[in-house]
Amino acid sequence: MEHQPRPFFKTGPTPLTRLLIFSLLSLALLVVDARLRYLDSVREAIATALYPLQQAAHTPGRLIDNVSDFFVTQAGLQNENALLSRQHTEDAAALLHYQALEAENTELRTLLGMRQRVGVAAQLVSIAYTERDPFSRRIFIDHGTRNGIRAGQVVVDSVGVVGQIIRVHPWTSEVALITDKDQTVPVEDVRTGTRGVVFGMGYDGAVELRFMPFNTAIRKDDRLVTSGIGGTYPPGLPVADVVSVERNAGYMFARITCRPLAGVNRHRHLLVLSWAKTLPPRPPEAAARGSDASKRRR
Amino acid sequence: MATTQPEEILLPAKPLFILVTLLAALLINLLPWAGFSMWFKPDFVALTLTYWCIHQPRRVGFTVAWILGLMMDVAHGNLFGQYALAYCVLAFTAITLHRRVLMFSIYHQVLHVVPLLLVAQVLILLVQLATGAALPGLQYFLGSLVGGLLWPPLAVLLELPQRLKTHADRV
Repeated sequence: MEHQPRPFFKTGPTPLTRLLIFSLLSLALLVVDARLRYLDSVREAIATALYPLQQAAHTPGRLIDNVSDFFVTQAGLQNENALLSRQHTEDAAALLHYQALEAENTELRTLLGMRQRVGVAAQLVSIAYTERDPFSRRIFIDHGTRNGIRAGQVVVDSVGVVGQIIRVHPWTSEVALITDKDQTVPVEDVRTGTRGVVFGMGYDGAVELRFMPFNTAIRKDDRLVTSGIGGTYPPGLPVADVVSVERNAGYMFARITCRPLAGVNRHRHLLVLSWAKTLPPRPPEAAARGSDASKRRR
Repeated sequence: MATTQPEEILLPAKPLFILVTLLAALLINLLPWAGFSMWFKPDFVALTLTYWCIHQPRRVGFTVAWILGLMMDVAHGNLFGQYALAYCVLAFTAITLHRRVLMFSIYHQVLHVVPLLLVAQVLILLVQLATGAALPGLQYFLGSLVGGLLWPPLAVLLELPQRLKTHADRV
């Protein structure tokens, strides 16, 4: 180490120097990406470059799906058809009831002078791929900015809330599941109307209702639905069922564990909700500030 | 193993072949791994990168490692730079050790490759922990061990195009 002969060939900086340069570059990227939001366009560019590769990677699976779709049996199809038509009849009855209720609700709201509930439009998407990383609970869907997807939209399946779109690329989007660590959903208890916030814990099959007081009325088997507070999630979507309520004197809050209703493993198709929440009219001098605030919230 | 005997002279690897193998590894990484198989999934990009850093340290080095790392970061949708950092360290250790590793037979090389892959995984784990992820179980490291098992077939496979063609009329 103390005396080395001069190298014969010029090779540029030593590996150690290069390691230091590239490590510092990576660390700088990490900090910039974690603290600031400057790199979204770079990410989008790389995502676009990766898109053909990703499509190619999913071709075998899609081919297998298509082939197995082709070889379904007659009996299976008949069974499924019978099941679906029965379900359709049942749903139709429920839908009639729902329409009557909605009309009644509108009428009541008009009578009371309340604002009407906003309509929710849905866009059918399919799961492009699920996460390959044991750390994050995320999935990618096959719609992006080209299909009008925006960050912050809510993703549901036929059972309940799946998650929220956190990043949009031209042809794909990333969805953070409600089980993703520190993903939050404002909810209320259907039975008692108690409001709270559900937090993801970073592993599958469980979310936690945090910061509920000791004497909370929430019980096991209660259904939690979105409360609509905060304006991100439309109200009334099923989120989770309460699995256990622990009251430990050592903690300030009750420990409430819930099981999310929606499962990404069961379906290939999801719905992305567009929910144009219109703010109530404001006095004219505050209007500019109000629209500004609504923009920031999205 | 016959493939690592010192008297065998290999043809230089074509840059296009290196690029294609790295892209293929990226493609395999992007395959829809799900559920249980996720734990056993070795990082094919890291494995191929290690191979080329050991066998072609002049061609494949930090720049390639870093760019591949960025691609993996975007594909995983996590913070920029964690795979880039891990792959750079991987490239550094592989380049520093390449003369030593090549002294051994393919099966003994596994004992060098597994620690390299583990170091890369630990770096990713550290970045994740620093950003507040929960500690995964020990099965998180299974991927590197499986990667070590895949090293002998991979090494043979990637060496095939560099073998001298022993047709008498073509030499």
